[in-house]
Amino acid sequence: MTVHHSAPIVILADAARHFGPVRALDGVSLSVSAGDCIGLVGHNGAGKSTLVNLINGGLSPSSGEIRFRNGANALQAGVRSVFQELSLCPNLTVAENLRISHAGLKGPGWRRRARAEISASLDEVFPGHGIDPDAEVDTLAIAERQMVEIAIGFAPRGGAARVVILDEPTSSLDSGIARQLLDHVKRFCAGGGAVIFISHMLGEVFEVATRIVVLKDGKVVSEKPRGGFTHQGLVDAMGHVAAETEASAQNVRDLGPEVVRTDLGVSARAGEIVGLSGLAGHGQAAALARLYLSRSSSWWALRNPEVVFVAGDRPRDGTLPLWSILRNISVSVLRQGAHWGMVDREAEAETAQLWRRRIGIRTDNVENPMLSLSGGNQQKVLFARALASSAPLVIMDDPMRGVDVGTKQDVYAMIRAEAARGRTFLWYSTETEEVCQCDRVFVFRNNKISAELTGEDITEEKILEASFELQEAT
Amino acid sequence: MNLLGRYRIVLPVLSLALLLAATFWMQPRAMSYFGLNLLFNLAVPLALATCAQMMVMMVNDIDLSLGAFVSLVACVVATFVHDTPALGFAILVALILCYAALGALIHALDLPAIVVTLGMSFVWGGLALFILPSPGGASPDWLRSLMTVKPPLAPMAVIASVVIAAAGHLLIVRSGIGTVLRGVGGNARSVARAGWPLIRLKALAYGLAGLFGVLAGLALVGLTTSADANIALRYTLLSIAGVILGGGEFVGGRVSPVGAVIGALTLALAASFLSFLRLSPDWQIGAQGAILILVLTARLIFSRKGGVA
Repeated sequence: MTVHHSAPIVILADAARHFGPVRALDGVSLSVSAGDCIGLVGHNGAGKSTLVNLINGGLSPSSGEIRFRNGANALQAGVRSVFQELSLCPNLTVAENLRISHAGLKGPGWRRRARAEISASLDEVFPGHGIDPDAEVDTLAIAERQMVEIAIGFAPRGGAARVVILDEPTSSLDSGIARQLLDHVKRFCAGGGAVIFISHMLGEVFEVATRIVVLKDGKVVSEKPRGGFTHQGLVDAMGHVAAETEASAQNVRDLGPEVVRTDLGVSARAGEIVGLSGLAGHGQAAALARLYLSRSSSWWALRNPEVVFVAGDRPRDGTLPLWSILRNISVSVLRQGAHWGMVDREAEAETAQLWRRRIGIRTDNVENPMLSLSGGNQQKVLFARALASSAPLVIMDDPMRGVDVGTKQDVYAMIRAEAARGRTFLWYSTETEEVCQCDRVFVFRNNKISAELTGEDITEEKILEASFELQEAT
Repeated sequence: MNLLGRYRIVLPVLSLALLLAATFWMQPRAMSYFGLNLLFNLAVPLALATCAQMMVMMVNDIDLSLGAFVSLVACVVATFVHDTPALGFAILVALILCYAALGALIHALDLPAIVVTLGMSFVWGGLALFILPSPGGASPDWLRSLMTVKPPLAPMAVIASVVIAAAGHLLIVRSGIGTVLRGVGGNARSVARAGWPLIRLKALAYGLAGLFGVLAGLALVGLTTSADANIALRYTLLSIAGVILGGGEFVGGRVSPVGAVIGALTLALAASFLSFLRLSPDWQIGAQGAILILVLTARLIFSRKGGVA
């Protein structure tokens, strides 16, 4: 067991955070002391980001509390975070970016001091890095930006870093640089600092963490010192133990010829439901977007498109918020019923009514505004929009985000029925339950396919195994 | 990476030099103390207005009320500042604070700056008409003598431009707070995460825009000796063009005060150049637009090449 020599720097007491009805974090108690390196693991939506945002003060808890030993807030307590998505200002130089997070750099000569501080920090974490502190960030490579961000996290910045949260810090670093970082994390913790380390590379977690905390569905399901877990035990702890294999009773269908094959190796046959899985942000959405754009023209809206897209990020690339439900459905099929470029209003209304019934959109009138619908029903409209077209290939980018269970069941049935008619579905989902509906699953890791699973092999366990890097860190 | 791709200031300098050379070739007499002053005289208020626009564009917004605001300032200067200086300056300070408050409002309510400033342009315009229904007023004497001072070596217009560029550079590029302000344009979320109050930073950026707008109005009255409610309406679009000509961009916090001043000088020079060409004034606006498109195209080509290399 880890012995805590000193009082905790951060204590979470039954902290919870809800977003509407969604319990992103459902009562977590955790204490971080000097010398701790906590490995935080969990599948998509387990609540890792929410937990991190609570600790660094980005969100405040809905209930429960967070206490810091030094100072009232995370900033004063010396809590720093290094985010997975790059959060530097690309228009500023490396040294100027340090100025953003270090308000104490003032007065004449602050640039010189900023340069010295960031160079010292970079030298300490990544010896031989070769990054010019006067280079503008957008001239740097992704790995270099990540290094700068990590160095800013560990830089003294007028006080001292006490807790540094590293969220997937090695995802864009090559193995040599990652090695330097892991060594630094160990040195930092040995010197009395604390690190919260989030990574999908379980080898790295096992190497640096003194304690491993497993999150699932917003709760801590397991917290043990490093020695208390085996690789397999950790993967098991992350997954749902109850087997749900019967749920996806797949009746073997006759599949048609192969209709999709991408450069990454994703392939699909006519009538097949192909899932893309893995941790969020490992290249699935980009792969689908590339496929979609390569099969559709940016100049012509075809009368019979080859492919349609169901968006998961509804506000960004799904709904037309000012339009009625009817218009939202029919926008994809306007060309089908058009005569001489004029919309056939009757046919348009008929299509909308047909899909309202078939997919069960809960509204008494399709002329109602789109935003009168709940999120789940808006999503049904987007499905209707896609399925109403004649496209043989349907691409779905995590379409069930924020959709309730009932709607999900409706949509599963719908997708299976459409697939039986010969349509092909490419379905990226962050939820394993959805992926288990598929005939074949490609698991992505680091923008590559790490596993292809079919039939009986599509289980949460296998997907988790392929999502996380099990090998020892190099 | 080529020179032009790396240093965005090179292209604005080149275009100004090219245009200047062409002007001197057309009209060698312009190559003198008086000639230069005449050429660039009216560029001084424009340069100040461009700097004001740059402050707003720095935080990813755009100000469509600047021309009306400078006109209003000119009207206030030609009446209140001339007759009752204390009241006049109090009004000018209040106008700057109004700008800062607008910035805070735009941020707090998450309003599109383009709409708010478009609306405000009518407010400013109405106030200007209220103060000065018909062209008139007079420039305060000190302002008149400041704008017509004849320093040795270089004409006032050139020295003023250098001073504005240097002051802007110190304020926006070199100073710590200027760096944070540019950071707001680059990645507002990361600035907020580092514990900065975004609303105050936005108010500061808009306040600075107000300050430069007031300076532009002062300089304009000093040169023209009287004011009119519509005197500076063109400045709205000219200032945006000036920022872009000077290597700035609409989003991303990429602005350069030196570039903005050079952009303003280029625009002023382009007008004179076209007159020297004996182009009818009807065509001049179009021709000015053509010059703008030309420079922007050149920049795009160079930055693309720089990106590929």
